[in-house]
Amino acid sequence: MSSYNPRQVRVDTPLLEREINGRPITYLDSASSTLPPRPVIEAMTRYYELRHANVHRGVYQTAVEATDVYEGAREATARFINAPQGLDEIVFTKNTTESFNLLAKSWGAANLKAGDVVLVTEMEHHANIVPWFQLREQVGIEVRFVPVTDDFRLDLSDFERLLDGVKLFSFTAASNVLGTRNPVKELTRIAHDHGALVAVDAAQSVGHQPTDVVDLDADFFCFSAHKMLGPTGLGVLWTRAAILESMPPFLGGGGMIADVRMDGYVPASGPTRFEAGTPPIAETAGLAAAIRYLEGLGLANIARHEDELTGDALKRLANEFDGRVRVIGPSDTADRGGVLSLDVDGVHPHDVAQVLDQFGVCVRPGHHCAKPLMRRFNLAATARASFGPYSLTSDTDVLLEALASAVKMFG
Amino acid sequence: MANLDDLYREIILDHYRTPRNRGELTSPSTIRTEGFNPLCGDELVVYLDVQDGVIVDIKLTGHGCSISQASSSMMSAAVKGKTVDEARATIERFKQLMTVHESTLDGNGEAPVADIRTMGELAALQGVVKFPVRIKCATLAWNTLSQGLDEA
Repeated sequence: MSSYNPRQVRVDTPLLEREINGRPITYLDSASSTLPPRPVIEAMTRYYELRHANVHRGVYQTAVEATDVYEGAREATARFINAPQGLDEIVFTKNTTESFNLLAKSWGAANLKAGDVVLVTEMEHHANIVPWFQLREQVGIEVRFVPVTDDFRLDLSDFERLLDGVKLFSFTAASNVLGTRNPVKELTRIAHDHGALVAVDAAQSVGHQPTDVVDLDADFFCFSAHKMLGPTGLGVLWTRAAILESMPPFLGGGGMIADVRMDGYVPASGPTRFEAGTPPIAETAGLAAAIRYLEGLGLANIARHEDELTGDALKRLANEFDGRVRVIGPSDTADRGGVLSLDVDGVHPHDVAQVLDQFGVCVRPGHHCAKPLMRRFNLAATARASFGPYSLTSDTDVLLEALASAVKMFG
Repeated sequence: MANLDDLYREIILDHYRTPRNRGELTSPSTIRTEGFNPLCGDELVVYLDVQDGVIVDIKLTGHGCSISQASSSMMSAAVKGKTVDEARATIERFKQLMTVHESTLDGNGEAPVADIRTMGELAALQGVVKFPVRIKCATLAWNTLSQGLDEA
């Protein structure tokens, strides 16, 4: 039974009590990182105060409890995304970027050879571009891009031809720049029909809408705890158990082996094969708490609320600035999330963000680690405002007040 | 609390809105130097025409925030017609202005008068020091000029 009241989420989130430059903080940078609610912070504190020990080794009580915390978080993550074979399919990484590096450097290096094609899109984060370029340098794969239309969607007019010879189609569920939500299930079906496996960058979707890996049917999902109310330093790679078992180890060291002798080693089976060294443990306690918290709110409720906020903000941004503030992204909420990349006529995004900071408004200026997409729209940077489960229309009020000030200051 | 008016002084906004010495130089002797600020995406090209140790002309292209644009515009005005040695001395003084520590500022955030008096318009950029993440915006043009002069 879920109940969702964004005002309660606000009360639960200590950082939102802060004042910045004499004004209450207006946090509009959830696409960069979401703010953890008190239960997440307390879960990590409780872990350190009561249970901290290294995992997978000791037989003493707290070591067993620490291992339970860690493996329990794996199980909670599996349930959260409906992983069919449960915790055997969840690899903990450092972040989404490391998940993609694991995918490229383990699965990619073992399964792709010169001339094989990895298809990505023009709206990808660098995390889903650079590891493939690195693999191209190493083994000579081809990296192909699905273009983006002038109205900020994937250009699928030539999609089936682009899929020709593709071994992996790797794309984002929701753009961190445009806000565009891509039709994951439909694109996955088409890619599968052409014999490609499918990887999904779920960093911007997993904390903002329901995720069911069985329903969506893709083969890999990459996401980060800190973009779903959890802590930094922890990411996830989900893939089918059968694929996971076929992937060679990534980083070598302790924890990832079944045996080591003077003449070689045998890797462990299952996800721990990819988790060399002492992993982030407190962070998994935080992730499990974040999942419980999100499930309590209901992901569908969060999606509905953020859609309403986004629709309202889009309308007001279009009406209140005589066309001087342009949103780089879809203009209706049908297929977009709560990410608003702003281009303010005559005011550089860095200056926009600087003026906004004076009002306590946190937005992110820059290229958002998506330079091919920025080039596509002839932009060096945008000022990006983005919503989270604690956002309210009053945040949009302050954003608009601060934007008006920036527009006025730079004439 | 750092005040926005310290950062966006009228003279800075004036240089941002009406940048001086925009354009390219095409003569064969032109020194062309590129500067980048990878974190912000600022890009700048400085064109220098140096003859007999004098910067006879300077032009700029590129894009960036108001601070980087104003700083480059003010830099071009400050060094045009000056000798290379004079330009290097100005670069040095400007860099000192940008590294002045908070504790050496007086209560109004002003650097000691003796340092500022010789700076002319450039003194308007001293408020940038109170916004440490913006210092690299102000110094981009000067670092790029410095590289260009190394080739002269």
